[in-house]
Amino acid sequence: MQIRPSLTAILLCVTSYCCAQDAEIAAIHKVGPEALNNREAGEAAGILARGGADQLPRLLLAMNPANELAANYLRSAVDTIVDRTLAAKGRMPVSEMRAFLLDTANHPRARRLAYEILVRVTPEAAAELLPGFANDPSVELRFDAVELLIAAANTLKEARETEGAAKAYQKALDAARDQKQIYTITGELRSLGVIVDLPRHFGFLTHWKAIGPFDNLNLAGFETVYPPEKELELTREYDGKSGRVKWMDISTNEEYGMVDLNPALGELKEVTGYATAEFHSPVAGPAELRLGCKNGWKVWFNSQFIFGRDEYHRGARIDQYRLPVNLKKGSNRILLKVCQNGEVKEWTKEWEFQLRVCDATGTAILATDRPPSVSAEPKLKTKTKAPASGK
Amino acid sequence: MNTFSKYSLLLSMLVCAASNVTQAADWLQFRGPGGTGVAPDSGLPARLSESEIAWKAPLPGRGISSPLVIGDRLYVTASSGPEQDRLHVMCLRASDGGKVWERQFWATGRTMTHVKISVATSTPCSDGQRIYAAFSSNDVVCLDLDGGLIWMRGLTRDYPNASNSLGMASSPVVVGETLVFPVESESESFAIGINTHDGSNRWKIGRPKQSNWTSPVAVEGGVVLLSGGAVSVVEPLTGKEKWTYGGGSSMSSVVYAEGALYVPAKGTTALRLPAGEGEPVVLWQNNQALCATVSPVVHKGRLYTLNNAGILKCTSAKDGEKVWQLRTTGPYSSTPVASGNYLYLVNEKGLVQTVDTTATEGAVVSSLDLQDTFIGTPSIGPKALYLRSDKYLYRLGGAAAK
Repeated sequence: MQIRPSLTAILLCVTSYCCAQDAEIAAIHKVGPEALNNREAGEAAGILARGGADQLPRLLLAMNPANELAANYLRSAVDTIVDRTLAAKGRMPVSEMRAFLLDTANHPRARRLAYEILVRVTPEAAAELLPGFANDPSVELRFDAVELLIAAANTLKEARETEGAAKAYQKALDAARDQKQIYTITGELRSLGVIVDLPRHFGFLTHWKAIGPFDNLNLAGFETVYPPEKELELTREYDGKSGRVKWMDISTNEEYGMVDLNPALGELKEVTGYATAEFHSPVAGPAELRLGCKNGWKVWFNSQFIFGRDEYHRGARIDQYRLPVNLKKGSNRILLKVCQNGEVKEWTKEWEFQLRVCDATGTAILATDRPPSVSAEPKLKTKTKAPASGK
Repeated sequence: MNTFSKYSLLLSMLVCAASNVTQAADWLQFRGPGGTGVAPDSGLPARLSESEIAWKAPLPGRGISSPLVIGDRLYVTASSGPEQDRLHVMCLRASDGGKVWERQFWATGRTMTHVKISVATSTPCSDGQRIYAAFSSNDVVCLDLDGGLIWMRGLTRDYPNASNSLGMASSPVVVGETLVFPVESESESFAIGINTHDGSNRWKIGRPKQSNWTSPVAVEGGVVLLSGGAVSVVEPLTGKEKWTYGGGSSMSSVVYAEGALYVPAKGTTALRLPAGEGEPVVLWQNNQALCATVSPVVHKGRLYTLNNAGILKCTSAKDGEKVWQLRTTGPYSSTPVASGNYLYLVNEKGLVQTVDTTATEGAVVSSLDLQDTFIGTPSIGPKALYLRSDKYLYRLGGAAAK
């Protein structure tokens, strides 16, 4: 007897599978801190991983509302399905994934994953798609697109088409958000005589008011609440570590916006300083304060404590810490506490920070009243080198 | 219970038992069996030359973690991307280096490290059924041997100041059904015992607020945790401290071998562990048996220490007396491994040196220049030495298996 499944039965099966998928996706979305719902999420990922390639767009879409952990559970299912399908030379939902990739409202990491799947299926898709990602919200798609722009500029430079090369490098710089790429492009532009305002490109805050030193003997200053944490009265004077202290103007023209507290507050150890800046935002909405600092530090934004870290002299880099904030349109106040420890080695002398305001892709948000850079060509620190990797 | 049910139950028990049994030749954690770095009889060739390069497999990213060897498969981690925030776990065939599967995860914690190490610095560990892979971002993923995700933790998501701007490097160890993982730094510093089934906390204890890159080692009834100031033993199920002894290291790890615990403190300090309650007893100390970055190795009654410049010291494990010392070619970051009568040393520039430990003053009997950078410690499998650089995983030995 030949068995013919009815259309209704097929539809029921598909519907029940999709409903089941909804349940698995919901289980994964519930994964949370300290292994909350881990067991259910792991089981759900296992079930989803057994699905067909036609489920991939659905799983990618499910990454949009997912937290970072949930996105990883979903990704494990996606990777498993893709490997199995490609090994079996099965059909992939290319057009749906392409549509997902090109919709920039989708999660940047999920879009990058869709791109990589597409390229695994059709390697030549990379050359077609990448040039369109130079201003993409996905950091990695943008990175690869900027690599193409740099390569194109290099070709012009090698052909001695100086003017064209300068324009091409400038186009690459305008798109670039990765520090190493920016470093490379800036070197090329400067070799061609083009002025690059790096502090402005990054959006580093270069003008601050600073006060100190307060005490940090035995690192106790990190948790000690000094007057600037109680009131931000920029005309007041206070008792500091070795006398009266008051707010003073400081600024930097260092290549990567590094603000050195040593000249202003004294080359001291076991001390605490504060710096504050008013940031006039052109827009309201989510943004990031990105800090690089090798001293102990705390940050307040519009009087709210954001984060602090008591690690000393273990290295610093641009965007070392990413601190989400909500900008108000107009005036916003940033307060930074920077603590220096008691180590006496030469490399522990630095008492400094670099801070910028940007969006999630690293695009600078410039204050409406941003002062001009101190110098058109900011000073290179003698030890400035290519930024290291890692966030 | 009827006969069929009895046989079914017996069969199930046998299957379960078989799946829990790992082969003696497996290399399941940082420095292999017991964290000793010793595979007593692996069949490794004594002399390594180019003809012993069985294969060289490309890796998808950077890393200095050691590969695991489970049966005929290897498991290795890596990190990639402009921000080094893509975490890879790969499975390869031991026979030819071919990829079996690869899984990727997005880091949830900070990925800044010193340039010499990477986000994939911690060596994963396994109980023979699952892979537990930890990264400098303090992400921990648990996978089955076929790459299925069982659970994931983002420890910096949970404990936001748990990180080190130089990078984290401690490798976890699995003891029974607990994954023990030190997450120690100058800021938020702790060790954690994680339920291997679902990734939940069994315990979490505060640790000294100091940078620490050492790895724990399981001993009878406990797990040894080492920091710059002290060595301690905690109960794996509860995290309760059983004893602590002053003196330690933040880079070299302890080794527990041949009935004693060798601690890289005051040169080397050998301790006899208490049988039950009580304190450890100092067997000997030798301030000349210094460990720098690498960890000590104990093999056939002798303790070997290696400084960064390449001086290999051989000390009696029984009484701490110097036996011989030998100049080898450094610099080193990776810890030697041992098999048969030989030590295998891999320097940072890719020179693999074999030392005959039975020679009167020790002797380098072969040198193979792989012309690559090696920071991580090698692993041993049957007739094979596995080394990884930022770009490749190499198999030395068993070239005929190609």
